[in-house]
Amino acid sequence: MFAGKKVVAFGERDGVQGPAIAECLAAAGADVVFTVTECVV
Amino acid sequence: MMLAVVKGAASTLAHTPDLVLLGSKPTREIPRFDGLYEECMAHLRSYEEAVAYPPNQAFIGNIRPDRLAGLEKPWYENPIEGAPREGPYGEIMPEDEFYGLLKAADVFDLVWLEEGFLSRVAEKLQGHPLLGDLKRLEGGKTISGIKERLDRGEALPLNLNGELVGCVCRAHEEDEDLRAEVILEGLAVKASAFLALRHLLARVSPTAPQDVDYLLDFGEEAIGDRYQRGGGNMAKAVGEMAGCLNASGADVKAFCCAPIHAVTSAAALVQAGIFKRVALIGGGSLAKLGMKFQFHIKKDMPILEDVLGAMAILVGEDDGVSPVIRTDAIGMHRIGAGSSAKEIFEEVVVKPLDKLGKRIVDIDKYATEFHNPEVTVSAGRPDTPLINYRALGALAALRGEIGRGEIGDFVRKHGMPGFSPTQGHIPSAIPFMGHARDMMMGGEIENAMFVGKGSLFLARMTNLSDGVSVILERNPAIKGGD
Repeated sequence: MFAGKKVVAFGERDGVQGPAIAECLAAAGADVVFTVTECVV
Repeated sequence: MMLAVVKGAASTLAHTPDLVLLGSKPTREIPRFDGLYEECMAHLRSYEEAVAYPPNQAFIGNIRPDRLAGLEKPWYENPIEGAPREGPYGEIMPEDEFYGLLKAADVFDLVWLEEGFLSRVAEKLQGHPLLGDLKRLEGGKTISGIKERLDRGEALPLNLNGELVGCVCRAHEEDEDLRAEVILEGLAVKASAFLALRHLLARVSPTAPQDVDYLLDFGEEAIGDRYQRGGGNMAKAVGEMAGCLNASGADVKAFCCAPIHAVTSAAALVQAGIFKRVALIGGGSLAKLGMKFQFHIKKDMPILEDVLGAMAILVGEDDGVSPVIRTDAIGMHRIGAGSSAKEIFEEVVVKPLDKLGKRIVDIDKYATEFHNPEVTVSAGRPDTPLINYRALGALAALRGEIGRGEIGDFVRKHGMPGFSPTQGHIPSAIPFMGHARDMMMGGEIENAMFVGKGSLFLARMTNLSDGVSVILERNPAIKGGD
């Protein structure tokens, strides 16, 4: 379902971090155009 | 082999409601919206409310963090009646006295306090059981001189209950890294860390300031000038103020992970025989004051991010009673490891436990992130301690140590509610240090694991995060004596 889609991976430090999201979505065929993790506390 | 132990831990708060307006978020947001200043002022807490606030009482050690779970919420509407200013680990200092500490911390005549205010504060501080020897509490300024500096845009105001009582001046005409905002941020760290160190040394007997060999500062704030932003060295600046004349020191930088990196470094220095007593210090974050103030105003609750937190920990040689730092099982998030929660916890929690032949459930208490959930959840953020404990519980379930239905019990038994102000490095595991030490020495628990996590990616130099852990165990000499 992600093949050919452009994705912004926005992660959270104590939840799921950006690179982990990006890795999963890239494996599912997405084009990850930007990855970032933020600390929201 | 000489073991390294935690000989004491101090935790202090400075209630600084007027400095909330100088926090990063309020500084940016208040000028953008008409009426926001008035809303902000109307939602600030009194000193008495801050003292009676249950998480603050847990922070200075008057109640165990676990007890918060049984107290009615919201905690800000259910104060602890008769709660004292002082606790076994430190105190909650009022704003006027903290301004006096800022003045005492300033060696470049940058903190200007109005003469009448300064003399009143000096008198109060002279009556403080630990601060009677403070220097530089003289040389008050006229209010017109203070206003002149403010009018020229060379200073930031120091208000008390909204009334001008002083200012903090820039230290250079052109250097952005020495502007008044940066100077105040640095002095707030120095003054609050000094207060924690003073409480620490008063509580670990016998430890005179001259007995400290080395200081490690684990705060996140960067001090320096335009040619060496973040050059440091806060550790020596605080040590000088505290009279640690025989010590040297350095700063440890790793975002919120720095406190646990500092604990492991201190343990190594002691165990290697390089130093006998290493003091770890971290002051409060001015920038984080009022970070979620608009959410709190919207919910018509007090602005809870109104305190500067500070910690000090003394690591020393084995004394036969203090908890031992297990240097043979330091957990660390390797650069090459993955970044999922499972991978981080496997690196930082499971691997060191494997070294000791222990399971996750063999650690009595985990200290992870202690951000007060009342501050974060009201702003649409997660209950950070809870999600970390759930992740640990899930990992224990994955490993077959507990059933999937037992994760809630794991969280209650091995975790605790968050009780720390949201001050970056301060909530990172270490607020439990004093509690853990007392609980181990009192036989309530055998061990605890302190897990620090750091958001390295915020500096935009890497996408990596950081993680490090250390295990504290009841001193084997006590065990032998049982």
